[in-house]
Amino acid sequence: MKTLITCTVNGEERTALADTRDTLLELLRDRLGLTGTKEGCGNGNCGTCTVLVDGAAVCACLMLAQEAPGHDILTIEGLATGDALHPIQQAIVATGATQCGFCTPGIVLSAKALLDVNALPTDAEIRHAIAGNLCRCTGYGKVVEAIQSAAAALGGR
Amino acid sequence: MTFPQLRERIWSVYVPAGLDLRRQSLQDFDYERPQTLAEALALLRGGDARVLAGGTDLIAQMREGRRSVGCLVDIKGVGELTGIATTAEGGVAIGAAASAATVSRSSPIAANYPAVAQSARLIGGVQVQNRASLGGNICNAAPSADAVPALICHAAVAHIAGPAGTRQLPLEELFVGPGKTTIEPSELLVSIVLPPPPAPSAVAYLRFTPRREMDIAIAGAGTYIRLDRQGVIAEARVALASVGPTPMRAPLAEQRLVGERPTRALLEEVGRCAAQDARPITDTRGSGDYRRSLVAVLTMRALADCCAQLGIDVEAPSK
Ligand SMILES: Cc1cc2nc3c(=O)[nH]c(=O)nc-3n(C[C@H](O)[C@H](O)[C@H](O)COP(=O)(O)OP(=O)(O)OC[C@H]3O[C@@H](n4cnc5c(N)ncnc54)[C@H](O)[C@@H]3O)c2cc1C
Ligand code: FES
Ligand code: FES
Repeated sequence: MKTLITCTVNGEERTALADTRDTLLELLRDRLGLTGTKEGCGNGNCGTCTVLVDGAAVCACLMLAQEAPGHDILTIEGLATGDALHPIQQAIVATGATQCGFCTPGIVLSAKALLDVNALPTDAEIRHAIAGNLCRCTGYGKVVEAIQSAAAALGGR
Repeated sequence: MTFPQLRERIWSVYVPAGLDLRRQSLQDFDYERPQTLAEALALLRGGDARVLAGGTDLIAQMREGRRSVGCLVDIKGVGELTGIATTAEGGVAIGAAASAATVSRSSPIAANYPAVAQSARLIGGVQVQNRASLGGNICNAAPSADAVPALICHAAVAHIAGPAGTRQLPLEELFVGPGKTTIEPSELLVSIVLPPPPAPSAVAYLRFTPRREMDIAIAGAGTYIRLDRQGVIAEARVALASVGPTPMRAPLAEQRLVGERPTRALLEEVGRCAAQDARPITDTRGSGDYRRSLVAVLTMRALADCCAQLGIDVEAPSK
């Protein structure tokens, strides 16, 4: 069955004709064309589908599109201002904390959710915040480094 | 042209009309979001309905085709199911649909039930904790459910509502087998109520996972001890995870604790009792023998943690 779904995505009210069975991930990628959010496992284990719902990191593959109305959703497309990358994105680039890049949108959003509430995280807190994001390429060391330098750039220290 | 328009254009060229090759990952279902408990219960009376809380178990199970559901009743719109309230007795009532993140950040829980907050922080990673509820952890009834042992140690009571009214029962009596509880399809778990912890007492939960985070416990042990004025253990509960068809109490271990003063030797012996109580299976995550060894060590360490919380040095020579 089809249904109209209206929710706030990246600060804009969006309405899409979705299937009642769509997950939030399918709504974002297939109905709204926001393919920055990735699907890895489809069952909550890899974190490539991470988006922020009202500021909290969630797996878009485990949330129904029908649960989205009334919520404020931030995807990786909503982070940069025009051509200017967000400081977390800049830090990922500068540190070389990305290789194939498949995990990167999710990691950036997990990092944002962390830095929004904890401007000065320890390495352990960063590792906890990204424990739900698998990266098969970089080995996390540089990711942690990048998030630390983003924290510094954002004024945490 | 937007991406969906472009895609539709390509589809219209290459895919015969009427044939929808798009993979729909879930079977069809109705979705309802009641605002009151009464509305939720009315929806559940309609046969093929199932409660949706955080969906971290249920949506994955539906995608794998392990569950077919006619109607999903999303209970997150019902205020009394999502809140955490202090009770008249000075305990706490945790709404069944409150997220693990909400539970782990709640000040009454952090103050009086720190092991419950810590257990909530063990469920998956941040993304899962922001959605997963304790009610879902309980009702999914995995023997490995991490929130359950600490709740049992705190003498949690499940408050259940159904067409015939409400009923209450001790949390551990809810579990029937893997994935099975005594909660009927027409009922729902409203809250988990914890009495105020008696003083001096302590609770701890430890689990063993190959990975530090984002993994399922091969074994887990929760322990509770209450001391009398002489420093003798007056009351004890030991609750085990992943070593039986359901979360389970360990009666031999509990009996061995009561009436004793905590010493290193006692804790080691109680660990061995808990290993005897365990009924583990052998599977890809661990053999039965390995799980028993883990239970012995985890029970001993959880008890040592309780002792540390109570300021007892278990290495001190007993008087
Ligand atoms: C990546 C990942 C990692 C995980 N790691 C862990 C872990 O480390 N430890 C752990 O214990 N679990 C883990 N889980 C499992 C899961 O997250 C938890 O069991 C969670 O607490 C389930 O809660 P939920 O609100 O998402 O439940 P849902 O998926 O919404 O529901 C689960 C089941 O309970 C029923 N239900 C839910 N609420 C009620 C209610 N109030 N009344 C009646 N029935 C109800 C539903 O109908 C369904 O059958 C993990 C899951 C994922 C995806
Ligand atoms: S696709 Fe959602 S967690 Fe892997
Ligand atoms: S950069 Fe390839 S998965 Fe992380």
